[in-house]
Amino acid sequence: MKSSFALLAAIIGVAGLAQLASAADITGTVTLNGTPPPEREITPLENDPVCGKMHSGKVTTQFFVVGPNKGLADVIVMLKGVPAKAADASTPPAVMDQKGCLYEPQILAIQTGQKLLVKNSDPATVPMHNVHISPAPGPNLDAYSTKISQPQMSGAPDLEYSFPAPENFLKFQCDVHPWMFAWVTVVDNPYFAVTDKDGKFTIKDVPAGKYKIVALHRKAAPNGVEKDVDTTSGNATVDFTLEVK
Amino acid sequence: MNEVSNNRWLHRFAVLTALATLGLICIGGLVTSHEAGMSVPDWPNSYGYNMFLFPPSKWVGGILYEHTHRLLASTVGLLIVALTRWLGGRESRRTLAIVGALEVLAGLVIFALWPTEKATGGFLTGIGGVVLLAALVWFRNKSAPRPLPQLGWLAFVLVQVQGLLGGLRVVLFKDQIGIFHAALAQLFFVLLCAIALLTSQWWMNRKGNSQLPTGKGMQQVFLATTVLIFVQLILGATMRHQHAGLSIRDFPLAYGKLWPATDPASLAHYNEHRVEIMNYNPITAFQIQLQMIHRLVAVLILCAVAFCAGKAWRKFSWHNPMARLTAFWLGLIICQVALGAATVLSGKAADIATAHVLVGALSLATGALLSIIAFRCPMAAPQAAALSQTETRRSDTGALAARPT
Repeated sequence: MKSSFALLAAIIGVAGLAQLASAADITGTVTLNGTPPPEREITPLENDPVCGKMHSGKVTTQFFVVGPNKGLADVIVMLKGVPAKAADASTPPAVMDQKGCLYEPQILAIQTGQKLLVKNSDPATVPMHNVHISPAPGPNLDAYSTKISQPQMSGAPDLEYSFPAPENFLKFQCDVHPWMFAWVTVVDNPYFAVTDKDGKFTIKDVPAGKYKIVALHRKAAPNGVEKDVDTTSGNATVDFTLEVK
Repeated sequence: MNEVSNNRWLHRFAVLTALATLGLICIGGLVTSHEAGMSVPDWPNSYGYNMFLFPPSKWVGGILYEHTHRLLASTVGLLIVALTRWLGGRESRRTLAIVGALEVLAGLVIFALWPTEKATGGFLTGIGGVVLLAALVWFRNKSAPRPLPQLGWLAFVLVQVQGLLGGLRVVLFKDQIGIFHAALAQLFFVLLCAIALLTSQWWMNRKGNSQLPTGKGMQQVFLATTVLIFVQLILGATMRHQHAGLSIRDFPLAYGKLWPATDPASLAHYNEHRVEIMNYNPITAFQIQLQMIHRLVAVLILCAVAFCAGKAWRKFSWHNPMARLTAFWLGLIICQVALGAATVLSGKAADIATAHVLVGALSLATGALLSIIAFRCPMAAPQAAALSQTETRRSDTGALAARPT
């Protein structure tokens, strides 16, 4: 009995190691071709008697954050054709904050079932924000039909969200401060990333296989640009070039 | 207070109520222009506070507009209750007492039976209490002449419907209710302007004889143009409650064309290149087509009102009130066209967009008043011409008499 148990444990261990050994990383860069429209100054924020005081210089929109080498930030890169897998209790929560009467970050990606904490770090001079979500009709809307709009006073506990269904660019907005908005993309598997300020991304521990990989950008590619990726031989690199026409 | 004096004060009160309603439309316009419609997510409370006790320190961001709108709406409601009582005279006290008692009772029932709706119950009880108080006002004034008491009751019902629509728009998260709320606000303002007209000394003095200087042939033109303006206001309200900002960013062309493309690729291009600073929804083909129709109807209205003004000036002298009112109407429409262009060219600046709403309301009310006058006291053109000649001679004589010797 003891030897059977030991053998089983060994097989599981070897299988796990083999799985890890065959897992690969997908890295890449997303660049932007073309000239994006210029960002605009958020004048309602600057003119707000309370919120404006929290910013020393101009505050502009951040739709196209382009690095010196044309790397495009805030692109969601995710795998398709992967068995759906919701986050479990061990998945750390994602965090979105309200600071200076702006959402940080403005673009976020989370897994289905993953906890999303919305904080309000603004001082008491901003008495409240009002977090209003706009999920598409379906399981996400059903889950929050009575909590579509939730006031959050300064210093109040974090608001918690957890979306059961995948959805691209689920909008968060503040109904008190209408220039505040953010988009959360809910992915039904753990293989996704958001590009950094240089347009770079890394998706870790992807099981060996062939997949579709999609790049989504709020403006340049709202419906996504798809490519094939193959991790059967190990790490893979996929680059995307998005166009602004 | 003798009857003439009572009428004057009644008229002044009616004008005050109409002006307060115009102010309410203005603040309501600011609410939508600043995308603040949901800034106070509960109703009739405000963030859990009784509406009248919500601390001013919390009137931040869009809350300032939405909460002020609610307070002014309550004020207009009070004015309407008083106006209804005044117009209806002592005969209205019984009806007001019954309605007030029913509202108090309904409010108490809601308060007692639905713990989650205590705020609604309390609010309804408060409204009922105010109506009951109006019924208990002791003045035994005579009712105003028909149809004023009936118009007063209509205003009484409409103001409560309007309040309910505004509240439901918030608690149900339904932007479409906002369109009805906006359209009814315009009709309500027209009603109050009509009451102000019918209580005026000018109307009282003129209606007894048939020498109210209007033209029979102008009735249909005034009415049709006024209806067209109302249709335009509904189009405008539908556009504003899409919460998509400006669907077309240039003027007088639309995306550089007489009629813009609305295929999916073009829409994607418009949305890609739009840099919105407010939380707007994406532009759709429907919104673009709506704005184009709004522009076309604006041209039609301008032509129609210019036609009305031209006809009035040909028929009557400048001293004739109809000629002056149609001139004012034309001025409003020209101003409205300019504001419409400015709304687009300024990127939908909130104050300009709101001014556009306000002048729209004034345009509708002016057309409605012209229609009322034209229908109420029609006169054939020869009679009108003879009368206007008499008026011209009278005013010349008056001017001569006033000249210093």
